[in-house]
Amino acid sequence: MLQIDRWKRILIFGICLLGLFYALPNAFYARVEAHNDAVARIEATGVETPELVAARDGWPSWMPSNLVNLGLDLRGGAHLLGEVQVTQVYKTRVDALWPELRTALAAERDTVGAIRRVEAPEGVLSVEIGNADQMPRAIEIARGFSDPVTTLTGAGQQSLAIATQGSTLTIQLSDAEKAVTDDRTIQQSLEIVRRRVDEVGTREPTIMRQGEDRILIQVPGIGSATELKELIGTTAQLTFNPVLGTTGDAEAQPGLGQFIAPSIDQEGVYYILEDSPVVTGEDLVDAMPGSDENGQPSVNFRFNPTGARAFGSYTSQNIGQPFAIVLDDEVISAPVIRSAITTGSGQISGSMNFDQANQLSVLLRAGALPAEMTFLEERTVGPELGQDSVDAGKVAAGVGFVAVVMLMILSYGRFGVFAAVALTFNMVLLFAVLSLIGATLTLPGIAGIVLTIGMAVDANVLVFERIREELRTARGPARAIELGYEKAMSAIVDANITTLIVAAILFVLGSGPVKGFAVTLTIGIVTSVFTALFVTRLITIMWFERARPKQIEV
Amino acid sequence: MAFRLKLIPDQTSFDFFRWQKLTFGISAFFMVASVVVLFLNGLNFGIDFRGGTTIRTESAQPVDVAAYRDALSGLDLGDVAITEVFDPGFAADQNVSQVRISAQDGTEAVTPQTIATVEEALRGIDPEMTFPSVESVGPKVSGELVQTAIYAVLASLVAISIYIWLRFEWQFAVGAIVSLFHDVLITMGIFALFQIRFDLTTIAALLTIVGYSINDTVVVFDRLRENLVKYKTRALREVMNLSVNETLSRTTMTSVTTLLALIALLVLGGDVIRGFVFAITFGIFIGTYSSVYVAKNFVLWLGVRRDKPDPKDPKARKNLSPFEGAEEV
Repeated sequence: MLQIDRWKRILIFGICLLGLFYALPNAFYARVEAHNDAVARIEATGVETPELVAARDGWPSWMPSNLVNLGLDLRGGAHLLGEVQVTQVYKTRVDALWPELRTALAAERDTVGAIRRVEAPEGVLSVEIGNADQMPRAIEIARGFSDPVTTLTGAGQQSLAIATQGSTLTIQLSDAEKAVTDDRTIQQSLEIVRRRVDEVGTREPTIMRQGEDRILIQVPGIGSATELKELIGTTAQLTFNPVLGTTGDAEAQPGLGQFIAPSIDQEGVYYILEDSPVVTGEDLVDAMPGSDENGQPSVNFRFNPTGARAFGSYTSQNIGQPFAIVLDDEVISAPVIRSAITTGSGQISGSMNFDQANQLSVLLRAGALPAEMTFLEERTVGPELGQDSVDAGKVAAGVGFVAVVMLMILSYGRFGVFAAVALTFNMVLLFAVLSLIGATLTLPGIAGIVLTIGMAVDANVLVFERIREELRTARGPARAIELGYEKAMSAIVDANITTLIVAAILFVLGSGPVKGFAVTLTIGIVTSVFTALFVTRLITIMWFERARPKQIEV
Repeated sequence: MAFRLKLIPDQTSFDFFRWQKLTFGISAFFMVASVVVLFLNGLNFGIDFRGGTTIRTESAQPVDVAAYRDALSGLDLGDVAITEVFDPGFAADQNVSQVRISAQDGTEAVTPQTIATVEEALRGIDPEMTFPSVESVGPKVSGELVQTAIYAVLASLVAISIYIWLRFEWQFAVGAIVSLFHDVLITMGIFALFQIRFDLTTIAALLTIVGYSINDTVVVFDRLRENLVKYKTRALREVMNLSVNETLSRTTMTSVTTLLALIALLVLGGDVIRGFVFAITFGIFIGTYSSVYVAKNFVLWLGVRRDKPDPKDPKARKNLSPFEGAEEV
């Protein structure tokens, strides 16, 4: 007979109610959004203005505040796909190597003879030495500049690939080092872009790596992609300044030629710094995590020749004094100079773990974009156009919903009403899931929802038609309903799994709006199977238990 | 007796194979015609696949396509297409057009200068003109998008046929794949014939059609599988007719509800996604047709092995022929 365990009934109802609870914020979209923004703002700044408090209290904090994320095509904003020219960095690296190598080789002029850099492709350093027979010694010297590459796969590999041809020594980055460098370049670019975009404080930008060397940037609410490009193009200000003292008072009056900068990680600590920097970020060639002589995490950095000279003379005159690494007017670190750093490369060590060292090196590098970024794709959608699309989508979904419900009720009577209730819960659950996973709703996504409305009743139709057939063989209503569900099952499963396969492929291969469509379609399939098989069935059975009809009509 | 709207009578006994040759002819004709049209007209690729820029303009003054063209002709932009956009949802003083500029030679990336000069030139016609959306795709990305789009369609066809093959028999998988191919090809033919813009969202629409059509086909197949066990001695053709008739009511009902929702979207959803919705709407028709007339015809021609035991039915097991594994001739 028709039976569903009590715990299953509670579970089904529970899921529906939970869905309602989590879908609800979307019905008060503007208010919840204002609440979320206010909470984030108060958290970030610590300042509570009356407007912010009012916005925050516009939505009770005990209610869920997850919203369906509106895509750029619905909200308006700019989308950029940038490609980072990673190979540019190879050139910078080998060019920076040359002064050091020249010094080292020049020190052994008696052995290797006169040296001179000869023309070579970009990213390759070619050096001609006077005494070709002393090449092994030259290689040995060059090897001194090579470090083991620290990656999981590249273990045992060196950072430089050194080759010789006659009297010419050619040096370039090894493949393992190139891979590591590429990765670092992208990470660095992402970090810089993120800092740049965060600065304008628009709502939740999406900045993510795509593929090998691409960065996807989506910023809602920005006027145009051109504006966004200009923003990203600006260089972060990284400087190394002498430290004059520290203070706990942010309002302290610094002396002439001095300024106050807060510490990035120590709350309430402010540094009094000299206005004119010793070295700026433009002179920084590289920064990467490493370890110091005691095996403690550290950050190694290197300057270009100009920076190296300036840094060398400053550090030799100020041993024992601290200097500050300042990024966008915040002090990242203020290490004490232990010895003169004349080689242009230095080390920051202290109390940090490997993650912090990595983080700091990323921040250090976040001065300027490490390599040029070319833009492969850009899209701008005006906010009005987005709003128009949302409105049109709402109307279409509403009309479609009503039409489907009417047809269902006309065709299946009471059972059609059950299906309509299930369809409503289907929409509720769809929105709840979209909100919970923070999925982005795009314009094709709306189309996906409307399509779901039409297709969602399919499972119900299959069951109802089956019940009709079973009723014809006159087995009694309860048996007919039971058989109807049982026999329709395999068709429902097969039909939906095949659609799910398509949706999954769309999700994996699609990008942007297509992905958004795949998301709503996938969730729509899952929720519609759930509501058709469980919710409608439960309602039907509950009605059946109460009414005990001798005869039913579907 | 309560009122019931019945799109299809309770019991039907259409002979779906009666017009077999005719429907086959119609399908074959449209498929061939689609290939011809695709070759002759080509698809009207949007910037996703071709690279280039589209700018949407909005002005209070009526769109004068010739004036727009004149304004842009001096800029040496190569191929420029200007279309006026109509939508019942627009306000009276809302005149919208779509300006499409092909990818500029020799530039790998998107140039903001081009967009700026175009916008400036158009503002010469109406200083109040706004540009609610601007999209540019570089040729490098568009090439990759074409590739992924083709992969996506092929991958879904393969994945579906593998699933059907596992759940049914290989004949069903062949039938399904032929009907899907039929649907996709004819839809593309329609796009080529009417020169409707074909872009990434169209691919999504095509895959949705694939999903819908297979959904429909599977329901028929499922019933067929069930009936093949039930009526072991009846001719395959008869069982097929019975299966389609039995599921006809459901097929029609689901197609109609889906169409209701889609037509609402087509009329009220705005012009931005109209092409996309049109493709799906068209696909519902063709998908429904193909699940009734194409998929199972192939299965009939290929024949289905009927001597397999039903694992749930002990009687069938006993009656199994001693020549296990022999093909039915």
